[in-house]
Amino acid sequence: MHTGLESPTGVWWKPAHRTEKLWVAIAFGWCMVLFAMMPLWHWKGGQNPTGIRHRVTAEAFAQRTQEFIDTYQVGEEAGIPVVEPPAGSDIYLVGAMWSWRPVLRLRQGVQYTLHLSSVDVNHGFNLYPINVNFQVVPGYDYGLRVTPTAAGEFQIVCNEFCGIGHHLMVGKVIVLPAEQTAAVTGGAP
Amino acid sequence: MSDRFRLCPTTGLKVHAQADALIKANAVVATVALLIGGVTAVLVMLTRWQAIHLLPADWFYRLLTVHGMNMLIFFILFFEMAVLYFASAVLLNSRVAAPKMAWSAFVLMVAGTGLVEWTMFTGRADVLFTSYVPLRAHPAFYLGVILFAVGALVVVSIFFATLVVAKREKTYQGSVPLVTFGAATAAIIAVITLGHGAAIYIPTFLWSLNLMHVDAQVYRLVWWGLGHSSQQINVAAMVSVWYLLGGLTVGAVVLNEKISRSAFVLYVLFISMASAHHLLVDPGMGAAWKVWNTSYAMYLAVLASMVHGFTVPAGMELGQRLRGYTKGLFEWLRKAPWGDPGFSALVFSVIIFGFVGGITGVTFGTEQINIIAHNTLRIPGHFHATVVGGTALAFMGVTYYVIPLIFRKRIAFWPLARIQPYLFAGGMLVFSVAMTFAGTFGVPRRHWDISFQQAPFEVQYAPAVDLVIGVMAVGGLVAALGGGIYILVTVWSVFFGQPMEKGARA
Ligand code: HEM
Ligand SMILES: [Cu+2]
Ligand SMILES: [Cu+2]
Repeated sequence: MHTGLESPTGVWWKPAHRTEKLWVAIAFGWCMVLFAMMPLWHWKGGQNPTGIRHRVTAEAFAQRTQEFIDTYQVGEEAGIPVVEPPAGSDIYLVGAMWSWRPVLRLRQGVQYTLHLSSVDVNHGFNLYPINVNFQVVPGYDYGLRVTPTAAGEFQIVCNEFCGIGHHLMVGKVIVLPAEQTAAVTGGAP
Repeated sequence: MSDRFRLCPTTGLKVHAQADALIKANAVVATVALLIGGVTAVLVMLTRWQAIHLLPADWFYRLLTVHGMNMLIFFILFFEMAVLYFASAVLLNSRVAAPKMAWSAFVLMVAGTGLVEWTMFTGRADVLFTSYVPLRAHPAFYLGVILFAVGALVVVSIFFATLVVAKREKTYQGSVPLVTFGAATAAIIAVITLGHGAAIYIPTFLWSLNLMHVDAQVYRLVWWGLGHSSQQINVAAMVSVWYLLGGLTVGAVVLNEKISRSAFVLYVLFISMASAHHLLVDPGMGAAWKVWNTSYAMYLAVLASMVHGFTVPAGMELGQRLRGYTKGLFEWLRKAPWGDPGFSALVFSVIIFGFVGGITGVTFGTEQINIIAHNTLRIPGHFHATVVGGTALAFMGVTYYVIPLIFRKRIAFWPLARIQPYLFAGGMLVFSVAMTFAGTFGVPRRHWDISFQQAPFEVQYAPAVDLVIGVMAVGGLVAALGGGIYILVTVWSVFFGQPMEKGARA
């Protein structure tokens, strides 16, 4: 018997005690369970962070968002355009120091393809109060299939440090209730 | 200073004068970094506590950068450099392989640290310790990091060279001790880490001089190759210190060398890929890449920690039983030296690291949970349990042995030293659990104002959040008090303490 400070002499590659072996077996088994769960969760779980991925330049994304705003703008809130895109369409949200543009007005139970990107530094998409988070990286168009399941107002809090105005960066999503929706398509959570 | 050795009266180890001096120098700088990190921790904490909201926004982000860099990088790594010298030269009775080079490396690391501190404190590097491109810092910030890393790489090489010297000069018999073996795995991981560090900080330095382009997603990928594996250096070093403290405090024995050493090897094998769990909600990588890299690599490193989590306490129990505490199931634990800060720090380090840090960490590594945890306060809640409640606390515990053994001073303010680990561990436990809990409400990390006074749209967190953050602040302040006592005790002991009897010269 020796401590971890002393040099073991002779052959130390010896069989382990029963309890120690048992623990290693339990731990290994548990790790294998987790290992299997990872793809299973992806396959069975309802919210996966992976969407459609494209590279995009800041200019191109800013331009696409502007076209999107020009086409569907219905108003303005706090100086930020409000848009109401048709059901099932591609919708754009751009993070820039320090705002999210535009304000999105969506329909409950309808699927959209949300495109997220940044025109300057990293930003973080955090949907309040549901708490869903995505990293928004400049140069990448993050396309996510989203279906609002609840009506109401939601805020988008930036949760990646993006400079001195980071804490000012709050956006908004308005979800109109399903009864106001002409044709409800799908709506799986 | 020459190649003289002295004989340590407590352990019987032969200590090389250069090893002595290098350990001292690195430990002193580590403590200075801890002090800066600790003061900024309190300021940052008192700002996040919205009831006080102490700092203005610019100084909050600035001092958060200072806190992260000084704690996670400078304190931890300077301390680890001392651990490397200890585990090689001291434990093997050897000389330090290349003392002159070792001192140059030290100077390089201090110079790098100085550059980084200067840029941070003068507001030239408000980018937080992750410095995600294209957020821009002064080129001297990146240069400082590079100098620091080069210095660390040299120390790691000297560690390996010392192992070779010791083997060749036959300063020990048999195999290297388990603690040295563990430190060697930490050193190997350090090489991998510093490789990633070079791969990202050199291009970023050039980018800051407008000499090249760095893609934001590629930066995150490679940076986390550095950021994640550096945490594994901390884990491997911490576990080595667990075995060291176990041996020093209760004569803990190594149950089975094969099992413990194989577990250390798992750390080396399954590290750098596991960094994928930092990128689970990033746009740049696909599902298959994320799932594969996060799970296969992470769980086998977790396996290693689970093995150590068994063998360390079991070895302590056996050590105590061999000392005659054999009555019933728990006499060994009841009669353990709970008043020895080395021992209590060890016990709390194992518990907080394993049960709070480990479990939260593993769960965040799944896509579904990451999506609700990413960049919320759950993340700093998790790593204040791993690297603070775990690594920093273990390092504090071992200092109570380094001071008599290396500095040859008695520990001053012994009654304070005895309660120090209890304060630090208790405070950190409350702090990190409360922080994690606040994160479950979606409260973001790195955020100056979660009341969103000046934001265009209103956000109001559940009223419970105020309470939870208040609890977190109290826990944090108690931990900071524990940290302050640690600094007081160690600095006083080293500079004004009573010397131990002079060790005989060998
Ligand atoms: C004395 C106890 C400590 C207290 C009260 C404390 C408190 C805090 C607080 C309030 C934050 C800000 C969280 C946020 O707003 O996102 C923070 C961040 C952080 N702390 Fe600590 N801390 C302590 C010790 C440590 C130690 C010892 C380390 C490392 C070894 C450490 C590493 C970090 C890091 C890396 C961050 C993240 C910085 C960032 O997000 O850029 N802390 N800490
Ligand atoms: Cu932002
Ligand atoms: Cu931000």
